[in-house]
Amino acid sequence: MPDISLEVNGKQVTEAVAPNTLLVDFLRAQLGLTGTHVGCDTSQCGACVVHMNGKSVKACTVFAMQADGTEVQTIEGLAPGAELHPVQAAFKEAHGLQCGFCTPGMVMSAVDLLKTNPNPTEAEIRSWLKGNICRCTGYHNIVKAIQIAANNMSQKAAAE
Amino acid sequence: MSESGIGAAVKRREDFRFLKGIGTYTDDINQPGQAYVYFLRSPLAHGTLSALDTAAAKASPGVLAVYTGDDMAEMAGLPCGWLVTGKDEKPMVEPKHPILAHKKVRHVGDPVVAVIAETLEQAKDAAEKIDLAIDELPAVVDMRKALAGGVSVHDEAPDNMCFDWELGDKAAVDAAFASAHHVTKLDLVNNRLIPNAMEPRAAIGAYDLATEEHTLYTTSQNPHVIRLLMGAFVLGIPEHKLRVVAPDVGGGFGSKIYHYAEEAFVTWASKQVGRPVKWVAERTESFTTDAHGRDHISHVEMAFDANGKALALKVDTMANMGAYLSTFAPCIPTWLHGTLLAGQYATPAIHCNVKAVFTTTTPVDAYRGAGRPEATFLLERIMSKAAAEMGMDQAELRRQNFIQPDQFPYQTPVAVVYDTGDYEASLNKALELASYAGFADRKAAAKSRGKLRGIGVASYIEACGIAPSSLVGSLGARAGLYEAATVRVNPTGSVSVYTGSHSHGQGHDTTFAQVVADKLGLPLEQIDIVHGDTAKVPFGMGTYGSRSLAVGGTALVNALNKVIDKGRRIAAHLLEAAEGDIEFADGTYTVKGTDKQKTFGEVALTAYVPHQYPIEEIEPGLEETAFYDPKNFTYPAGTYICEVEIDPTTGQTEIVQFVAADDFGNIVNPMIVEGQVHGGLVQGIGQAMLEHAVYDDGGQLLTGSYMDYCMPRADDVPSFQVATTCTPCTHNPLGVKGCGEAGAIGAPPAVINAVCDALAEYGVDHMDMPATPEKVWRAINNAATPMAAE
Amino acid sequence: MYNFEYAKPHSLHDVAALTNDDSVFLAGGQTIIPTLKQRLASPGSVIDLANVPELRGLHLQEGALGIGAMTRHVDVEQSADVQKAIPALAELAKGIGDPQVRHRGTIGGSVANHDPAADYPAALLALGAVIMTNKRQHAADDFFTGIFSTALEPGELITSIGLPIPDQAAYAKLEQRASRYALVGVFVAKSGSDVRVGVSGAGADGAFRCTELEHALTANFTPDAAKAVKLSAGGMLGDLHGSAEYRAAMIPVMASRAVATALSR
Repeated sequence: MPDISLEVNGKQVTEAVAPNTLLVDFLRAQLGLTGTHVGCDTSQCGACVVHMNGKSVKACTVFAMQADGTEVQTIEGLAPGAELHPVQAAFKEAHGLQCGFCTPGMVMSAVDLLKTNPNPTEAEIRSWLKGNICRCTGYHNIVKAIQIAANNMSQKAAAE
Repeated sequence: MSESGIGAAVKRREDFRFLKGIGTYTDDINQPGQAYVYFLRSPLAHGTLSALDTAAAKASPGVLAVYTGDDMAEMAGLPCGWLVTGKDEKPMVEPKHPILAHKKVRHVGDPVVAVIAETLEQAKDAAEKIDLAIDELPAVVDMRKALAGGVSVHDEAPDNMCFDWELGDKAAVDAAFASAHHVTKLDLVNNRLIPNAMEPRAAIGAYDLATEEHTLYTTSQNPHVIRLLMGAFVLGIPEHKLRVVAPDVGGGFGSKIYHYAEEAFVTWASKQVGRPVKWVAERTESFTTDAHGRDHISHVEMAFDANGKALALKVDTMANMGAYLSTFAPCIPTWLHGTLLAGQYATPAIHCNVKAVFTTTTPVDAYRGAGRPEATFLLERIMSKAAAEMGMDQAELRRQNFIQPDQFPYQTPVAVVYDTGDYEASLNKALELASYAGFADRKAAAKSRGKLRGIGVASYIEACGIAPSSLVGSLGARAGLYEAATVRVNPTGSVSVYTGSHSHGQGHDTTFAQVVADKLGLPLEQIDIVHGDTAKVPFGMGTYGSRSLAVGGTALVNALNKVIDKGRRIAAHLLEAAEGDIEFADGTYTVKGTDKQKTFGEVALTAYVPHQYPIEEIEPGLEETAFYDPKNFTYPAGTYICEVEIDPTTGQTEIVQFVAADDFGNIVNPMIVEGQVHGGLVQGIGQAMLEHAVYDDGGQLLTGSYMDYCMPRADDVPSFQVATTCTPCTHNPLGVKGCGEAGAIGAPPAVINAVCDALAEYGVDHMDMPATPEKVWRAINNAATPMAAE
Repeated sequence: MYNFEYAKPHSLHDVAALTNDDSVFLAGGQTIIPTLKQRLASPGSVIDLANVPELRGLHLQEGALGIGAMTRHVDVEQSADVQKAIPALAELAKGIGDPQVRHRGTIGGSVANHDPAADYPAALLALGAVIMTNKRQHAADDFFTGIFSTALEPGELITSIGLPIPDQAAYAKLEQRASRYALVGVFVAKSGSDVRVGVSGAGADGAFRCTELEHALTANFTPDAAKAVKLSAGGMLGDLHGSAEYRAAMIPVMASRAVATALSR
């Protein structure tokens, strides 16, 4: 099996992988990072969203081999230890999660949105979330959470 | 109200692990030495197995074992938990539901062969080497054709009728119709849905040869129920040798209540192969094997007098059971459907007939709301249709037929007794929030923009807090529906609660802790809520039917009261006072009228360090268990108002406003309640506008993935306006009613009423769900074409 | 998923050396990976095109836009050159799938796949694109030969797409709500007096040019002219999500919206 080397959550990782290994399976089974979930097999639910070189991608639709030489960030790498990233904190604040299964993908997607569009409108948020399905929340509080996060992050950025 | 007690919008304690990606769902669990099972499933809807050769698969690399229906033929099938008795005392037909299909397959996805291998890929490789031949039989998909006979899904039911059931006074209904001023008629379909919890089902069986104990990790809403059904009825494993763990579970919506074949298989197979055996559904498997929901065809008639007073309702329904009876399938279209047909109205006579039908489709069972959405949809559709026919306002027709506050407790003509309610209060609240009076202006403004605007009202009732055991026993339930809780006060005063309710998104870690905090005066950090493991929790019937707080919460309150009472006796001893003189408040026992007191923590410590202790009178320790069997159902109710705008050129329908006013009784955590409403609303809107499980005539599921089964996405739905009114439940100590299903029950008729209202000018008086753009466009164009020709 | 050999060549020359009857190309992977996951294909080798320099780049030349085959949808969407030269194409890219698909999916992969409901084929037809491959070049009109079928021969690889810059253009689509692919997608482009209309999602044989609309819009480039066109349902795709009749009726509606957008800039 060929080796791949990549940075996962800031740590350099070198592992042998079978070529047909999906990035999500590499993260879950080989690295034990089970925060990234699998909710479908047609690349639609978004439970597996991670960042690859800073952009959100569906880890179920990327081969581990394609991630060779990249920087991958998963939900586990978003904030150290007991800390929450502002988006994670806003999801808690606004009750933007219920069963928690779609949450890692949803949060990773939202973090990417706010990187490219720090003050999105409600319509922009809803449109961006097309690739993330949540069955519990009805999206209402997810949208609210992202608005809160945007607000908190831009205030913080302004203060700095 | 304290910051963390009952009524406070406490942020959820479970969120941290989910937000950090460190929750533990079943697929996150891996056992040393675990093997993987792959199920080869029937690609056909109906057929007899004519050849099945697994020799090559058994010889395939990495394969540990291969099993077929023959290997399990002597074992019992998956049990059904509810016996419905039809007309003339005829019991339902209850065919065996084998773990692996035996001799015959009855739906696409029916498991035929199980291959266990070192890796999942090896199991799949081996499965491709299985020589399986199926002699195809005609599929049975359409319920009307099924009842006509010809092709039988089961030999025991030649005409595919599972049961033919009725409820209510037919003679009284007929008499009322004979004298009616106006009769409204409606034929409708309640579309089949696929629950689609985001976490696919999964199961791991592990057998410990040393202790002879089986452990099943599974995605369940009710691990004790699975232990009971699987242990006692399928595998013959006694409870003390069977542990069922349902860890973090990623949504259920009913679909994870039932005992499924894969759970029994991995539990059994783990002992056979001497290795833990893991199975995780691929989404494609979920589509054909998770129990589906709804799927009713109904004919409804409602009779009114000249003033619009409802006189009688009659309902004839066909309910699809699918290929086998899922765990609670028979009670859904009967006791959870027929009994709710009074709705919020004082209709004096109601009759309901339900024919349950076997088809070669995936089994159908409870899905969020379970019977109550079907009842509410037909009743609230016919109310709005009747209002339109009689030229009355749809809100006012409802108002004048409401059961009045002074009529409670109210005996309906369909068996149940509503304990309390104030339907006008929630209607008024909804009308106010929706600016109902200003609708005509908004409609006119929409028209000037080329849009058709409509408004729909729906006033729902549901029965939650399932259920009084003696009552449901008399109706055919094969289990009691009480709940249990243990409160363990630890020596230093922290509290561990073991509840039979199961949280898979509902937030019990928070709400149950709030109840404890409120009653014991403890900070939340001192309280742990434990659920989902039969080795830890004494017993439980689990979470469904919006029952957790009404039933599980009451068991908790009762156990807490026992703890407080025992503590009072200990405090009386410590304070050298009479027990009757001890008051407990805010975590402190006080001698009435004095400043002599002991904290709860001091009392707890004394219970575990009983040096100065009336050991002859009071046992050491502080731990109490309560089982609570509810006295009645609870009856949440409310009014929803939906406003839509339709683009007539494409038929695209947008929900431009949605208001929900619910009466859930008392509320422990308003933030969580709102979240439950939002989620339910979107499932209801999904049913009304997007979701539909469609089979072709050959029994193939055409909507077998997210490419074709339309899940609501964030851009399909609006933000909501939600509000509550409150008449506390009269028969549980918290006064709570349950909030989990309301949205899914009330939303579909509100949406379709709005669509029909928008299309009224085109002569549209009904549209079956989902109201897709093409369906709406056709409704407009079919009407528009003849008008244009005039 | 079946296993396979994986290669990530660094030049077109190396790609050619690795290509055989049993190999598939991996561009963005948003279609081929789900296909492989479901064991619907079993290639012996997968050739990842990510590191092939000849497939990259986006060039605005005189009168035309050249887009390397491996250009991802997000890069088309965000390219200042595309936004300036053919804003309709940037808008089309912004509407493909969802953000995560756009971060991976490529124009070359989408065009080579010719999913009948993909967005790009409508644009290529309407713009009169030239599809450059490692062997030759194809006019868009001759390229899309049927559903999931193109004029590409085995081993032939799209290297870039050349898009003449129109005077006015826009894309409008009706989404299939489950998959979010186009139920009907219409790209309208006007260059001089010439109007071309490409349609995705609706054709039983894949993307096609709609001559009825082209005639009507050449005569009168207005939304009303588009709306007045009546198309036959013959040759249209019909499924669970939309009958042939509905799709046929929606093409002029989407065309009229596209014309309105084109005229508004």
